[in-house]
Amino acid sequence: MTSEHTTASLPKARTGIDGFDDVTFGGLPTGRPSLVCGAAGCGKTLFATTFLVNGATLYDEPGVFMSFEERAEDLSANVASLGYDLDGLMAAGKIAVDHVKVERSEIEETGEYDLEGLFIRLGYAVDTIKAKRVVLDTIETLFAGLSDAAVLRSELRRLFGWLKDRGLTAIITGERGEGQLTRQGLEEYVSDCVVLLDNRVEDQITTRRLRIVKYRGSAHGTNEYPFLIDEQGISVLPVTAADLSYKVSNEIVSTGVESLDAMFGSGGLFRGSSVLISGSAGTGKTTISSHTIDAACARGEHCMSFVFEESGEQICRNAHSVGLDLRRHLDAGLLRFEAARPSLYGLEMHLARMHRDIEQFRPSVVVIDPISALRGPEVELQATLLRMVDMLKARGITAVFTSLRTDGAFGQSDDLGLSSLMDVWIKLQDIEANGERSRTLYVIKARGMSHSNQVREFQMSAAGLKLVDAYIGPAGVLTGTARIVQEAQEEAAALRRQQDSERRKRDVTRRRQSIERQIAELRDSLETAEEEETLLLDEDTQRETMLTIKRTDIARRRSAAE
Amino acid sequence: MSEQTSHAGDPISEEDGDPGQYHLRLYVAGQTAKSMAALANLMRVCEQHLAGRYDIEVVDLLKNPQLAAGDQILAIPTLVRRLPAPLKRIIGDLSNTEKVLVGLDIRPRDPPAPGKP
Repeated sequence: MTSEHTTASLPKARTGIDGFDDVTFGGLPTGRPSLVCGAAGCGKTLFATTFLVNGATLYDEPGVFMSFEERAEDLSANVASLGYDLDGLMAAGKIAVDHVKVERSEIEETGEYDLEGLFIRLGYAVDTIKAKRVVLDTIETLFAGLSDAAVLRSELRRLFGWLKDRGLTAIITGERGEGQLTRQGLEEYVSDCVVLLDNRVEDQITTRRLRIVKYRGSAHGTNEYPFLIDEQGISVLPVTAADLSYKVSNEIVSTGVESLDAMFGSGGLFRGSSVLISGSAGTGKTTISSHTIDAACARGEHCMSFVFEESGEQICRNAHSVGLDLRRHLDAGLLRFEAARPSLYGLEMHLARMHRDIEQFRPSVVVIDPISALRGPEVELQATLLRMVDMLKARGITAVFTSLRTDGAFGQSDDLGLSSLMDVWIKLQDIEANGERSRTLYVIKARGMSHSNQVREFQMSAAGLKLVDAYIGPAGVLTGTARIVQEAQEEAAALRRQQDSERRKRDVTRRRQSIERQIAELRDSLETAEEEETLLLDEDTQRETMLTIKRTDIARRRSAAE
Repeated sequence: MSEQTSHAGDPISEEDGDPGQYHLRLYVAGQTAKSMAALANLMRVCEQHLAGRYDIEVVDLLKNPQLAAGDQILAIPTLVRRLPAPLKRIIGDLSNTEKVLVGLDIRPRDPPAPGKP
C-alpha cells in the first residue's frame, strides 16, 4: 500500500533502459539528482548517456551532458558504437555536451573562489536547449583539479540543490571509493537515488550487475540485477517478471517424432511449453531436438537453436544421418543456429544475447542444446535459467532444453531443479546389458496432458527416429538385442508348449486307441466263447434227445416183445 | 621601455608574438565581493609589475554566459592570461600576490628587467 502511494506521488523520469524502469517502477526521480556509482569500466558513462539519449529521442526531454573526463568528440565516438547519434542530437539541439576541462597544472589558486562558472555554464546549456535532464560525469574529477576540498564540497552541495531547484532530473556519476560508494562521499549530498554498478569477475567471466542502493520515497527492486552492454545499449534484466501471467496456448505442436507424439495424450506438446530432454552423452538428445526443429520449420515457423557444444554445420550434418535435411531450413531462413562456447561469456551475457537474438528473429521454437553446458555459480545458474524460461514463456515460444544431467538437476553438484521449471520432461536412458547399450525413452512428466508411463526403446536409423515398445514381461524390461532374444525365446517356448501339448494329445489318442483295440479283442474272444457255449449246449441237447429217442425206441421194442 | 623595444624589434608578431604585452581576461559573475576583490588585486599587481604593458578585459558571465565554456571557466573569479602564450588560468580573488605573479609568469623583481639590452 505504501509503495503504491509513494510511486503515485513521486514523479519519475523513464530512463528507457530495458529493465531498469521496471526495477525502479518507473525510472529515476524526476527533478532530482541521482547518483550512479561504480568502479572504473562499469558503464557509468554509458548508463548516463543512455539516459540522456533516450530522454531526447523517446521522451522529448532534452539533456545536457557535462563531461569532466571525456571530450565531446570522444564521447560521441564512444557511444556511436551503441548506435547513438550524439552529433546528430547535438545538431538538432536535443543534447548539449560541455566538456569541463580541469587541469591542475594549468590552474593556479590564489585566494577565495567559488564554482559559479560551472553553474553559469550548466545554466546556460540548460537554458539553450530547454533541458530537462542533466548528466555530470564524473564530477569528482574536480577534486583532482582543485585543491580546496572544503569549497568544492560546499559548492557541490549548492550545485545539487540548484539542480533540484531547477527541477532537473540529473545523473551524477561517481567513482567507487574505499569503504564508501564514491571516493568523495558524494552519496552524502545526493541522497534521493543511488544506483551502484558493479563489474565482477568470477571464474574468469565478467558479469555486470546493478543495484539500487537507495531510492528515497519509492519502492524499488533491492536485488542485484545483472545488466548487459552490447551494441544495442544497456539492458537490465530483472530476475523474474513480476508474475507468472503468461498467455497459454491450447494448440498442440508436434515433437517431430510421430511415435513420441503418440506418447502424449493430446498427440503432441502444447505450444509455448518448455521441454526438457535429459540424458547422458549419446542418448540422442540432439537428434530428438533436431526432429523438433525440422517439424517446426516444416510448418513454416521460425526456429532458433542455441548450441553450446557443436556448430550449426555439425548439427546439420549429423541430422542428415537420421534423414533430416536441416540445411534447407537454414537456406530458407527459417532456422538459425547461434553457436557459442559456454565459456565465451558469462551467464548474463548468454542470456542477454539470447534475449536479443530472440527479439530479432522472433522464433516460435527455441532449442538450447545443452543447457547443462552453461557454467557458473549455482545460484546464478538457477536465476539465469529462471529468467530464460520466463523470457521464452512470456513470448509463447516452445522451448526444448537438453541436459546431460539425467536426474533433471541443473547444477554441477547441487540439486537445483531444472525439471520443476519444465512442463514436459523426456528422459533418455541408456540401458546396458549383455554387452550392449540400447536407448530408452520415458516421458516423466507432461503438464496438462496424460502421457504414457511406459518405457520406449528408440531406434535411430537413416529413416529417422522410431520408438518401439520395449519388452515388458516376467523377466523385466528388456531392450535391444535382449528384447529380440527374449522375444525369440518366448516364441520358442510357445512352440515347445504347443508341441508338448500336441504330443500329449497324440499319446492320449494312442492310449485310447490301444484300449479300444483291447476291448475289441476281448469282445472277439467273448464271442468265440459264446459260440462255443452255444455249440456245446446244442450238442448236449442233441445227445439228450438222441438218448430219449433211443430209450423210447428200446422201450417200444421191449413192449412188443412181450 | 622594454615594451617599446620589443614592439619595434618584433614586427612579425604583432598579434601574439609580443612577449611583453600581457593580455588578461578576468571572468566574474556579477558584482560579488570576490569579483570586486579580484579586480582590485589584479589592477594592483599589474600596475606594480606590468605597468603600461597590459590590458585587462573583464567578462561578466551573468551577462555573457556563453563565454564560460570557451575559456573552460569553472571557478569564479578566474583570471586568464591569454597572452603571452601559453594560456594560464588563475582562480580565486588574487589576494595572494606571490601566487598571482607565479601564475602569470612575472618575475617579482621588476626593476632589473628593463636593464637587459
